[in-house]
Amino acid sequence: MSLAHTHTAPAAASRPSRLRKAMRDGRLTTILFFLPPALMLFTLFVFMPLLEGAWYSGFKWSGYGEGPTDWVGSRNFERLTKHSTFMRSFNNTLVFVGVALLLQIPLGMAMALLIYRKSKSNTFFRLVFFVPFILAEVATGLIWSFIFDGDYGVTSIFTTWFGWEQVYPLADRTWAMPVLLLVFVWKYFGFHMMIFIAALQSIPDDLIEAARIDGGTPWQITRYIQIPMLKPAIVVSVFFAVVGSLQLFDLIIPLTRGGPSNTTHTLVSYLYNFGLVRQKVGFGSSVGVVLFIVSFVFAFSYRRFVMRQGEK
Amino acid sequence: MPTFGWRQATRIIVLMLVTFAILFPLSATVLGGFKTQGDLTTNPFLFPRNWHLEFYHGILVDPDFWRYLWNSLFISFVTTLITVIVASMAAFTFSHMRFFGSEYIFGYLLMGLMFPFAAAIIPLFIKVRDFGLVDTPWGVIVPQVAFGLAFSTLLFRTFFDELPRELFEAARVDGCGYARFYLSFTLPLSTPIIATVATFIFVGSWNNYLLPLIMLNSSENITWPLGMLQFQGEYIVEWNKILAFVTLSLAPAIVFFLAAQKYIVAGLTGGAVKG
Repeated sequence: MSLAHTHTAPAAASRPSRLRKAMRDGRLTTILFFLPPALMLFTLFVFMPLLEGAWYSGFKWSGYGEGPTDWVGSRNFERLTKHSTFMRSFNNTLVFVGVALLLQIPLGMAMALLIYRKSKSNTFFRLVFFVPFILAEVATGLIWSFIFDGDYGVTSIFTTWFGWEQVYPLADRTWAMPVLLLVFVWKYFGFHMMIFIAALQSIPDDLIEAARIDGGTPWQITRYIQIPMLKPAIVVSVFFAVVGSLQLFDLIIPLTRGGPSNTTHTLVSYLYNFGLVRQKVGFGSSVGVVLFIVSFVFAFSYRRFVMRQGEK
Repeated sequence: MPTFGWRQATRIIVLMLVTFAILFPLSATVLGGFKTQGDLTTNPFLFPRNWHLEFYHGILVDPDFWRYLWNSLFISFVTTLITVIVASMAAFTFSHMRFFGSEYIFGYLLMGLMFPFAAAIIPLFIKVRDFGLVDTPWGVIVPQVAFGLAFSTLLFRTFFDELPRELFEAARVDGCGYARFYLSFTLPLSTPIIATVATFIFVGSWNNYLLPLIMLNSSENITWPLGMLQFQGEYIVEWNKILAFVTLSLAPAIVFFLAAQKYIVAGLTGGAVKG
């Protein structure tokens, strides 16, 4: 609400006749009724918590009482860098980002190229490939923790078959992360596929037809016409992949809860476990600040350097 | 062309493999709910030897299950309703009025698209607690609305900007005010975008886990993803019951998806490619 006021006031002062006109034709009333709900909600529950997080990160605080009083400066951040589990979770988050870029997006694009044309069978595949994306993360996690349960799942088939000892991939330090990555790709590639399908369908048919008449092989058409024309879609896809992967949490909890021995935490599951659950508001907020800075630096430079270029 | 058949065959094989990779865990889940423990251990993925209905039945008569679904439905519905109203009102203002600083205010709201929601959960929890909303549906609804505003306002504004200007001018000449124009012209003409935004917000809320996890704690109030993990905690080794629970909880989402897929796809592509 305050924003609407501060921004309308100077304009009104310098141009009194426009203000009177705005009052008469109902513009001012509309602005004063229609904008404040959105601005207030956004400011109170999105903008201020982010600022408060930065403020809390300088304190040692349990979250109770009047407010934070025990100022510790940058000690929370120093403790983060010394906590090997934090470094591990930071690293894991980067691994998820990397897999999203190197496996998820290419798989989504490959599937889009195979089924973007409008036909009955393609509609079926499109629906099926998109199903994982609409399932709740928690349900997906439970389903896959059954599939990889050592007593029931796929691994037990192999181990019983060969008469080996039972293997529990999700409780295994070597295998837990690869299983998480597999589920992660399974869950989200359909999202990217949909973006690419929409982009492919908007490429004019005559362009591809002309290339075919000129003797272009299907592979050449894909390589030199379709993929270059997908560039704007790739720009969007990469943005969502990175921002989404940085916040990965829901899948981790039902599958590993960050275990075994804290080897599969992401930034957010670390924040939840070591900040929120243990009621360390200051320490947890400093993790939030790290996450915010990483996302902000990425989003800002991406918009500045990549998205701008795409527009030219 | 001899290569045509070969190419076509590879394509079909690849598509079949991916289809299998997606449907296999899902079918194992549905079928698992019909199996006894013993059957599940020796035959985890294929059809049950005997079809047992009691595990599904046990969940369908469990009042907790229905309460979880009801809580989720209430939270998702109210979140969607408020988001659509608040965001479309803001978007209407941005679309119809250029005033000093209006683009800055719009840009301020759009910052919400870049902010990772998870970065602010601890201060958000404290804020909600100070408002006395912890362990109430509103403690989930209000932050969800706030975090959905950026995306929704952007989609609404893009759509409103495309509506014909002449209509508005004609209505103005006839003495129609802004509020009435918004109610009797803009909203009725915008049903496709309302459906898209509503579907997205609804699905996001329905599947949301982190926010309810932080805000809700009594078993009276929790939503279905929390209820599902609680159920799993109780029957930790009885996978047949857990799988039946997962199947029944996912059923509404699948039905909804099949009915609303048009809007989900539109929201993805329209919001993503244009934004």
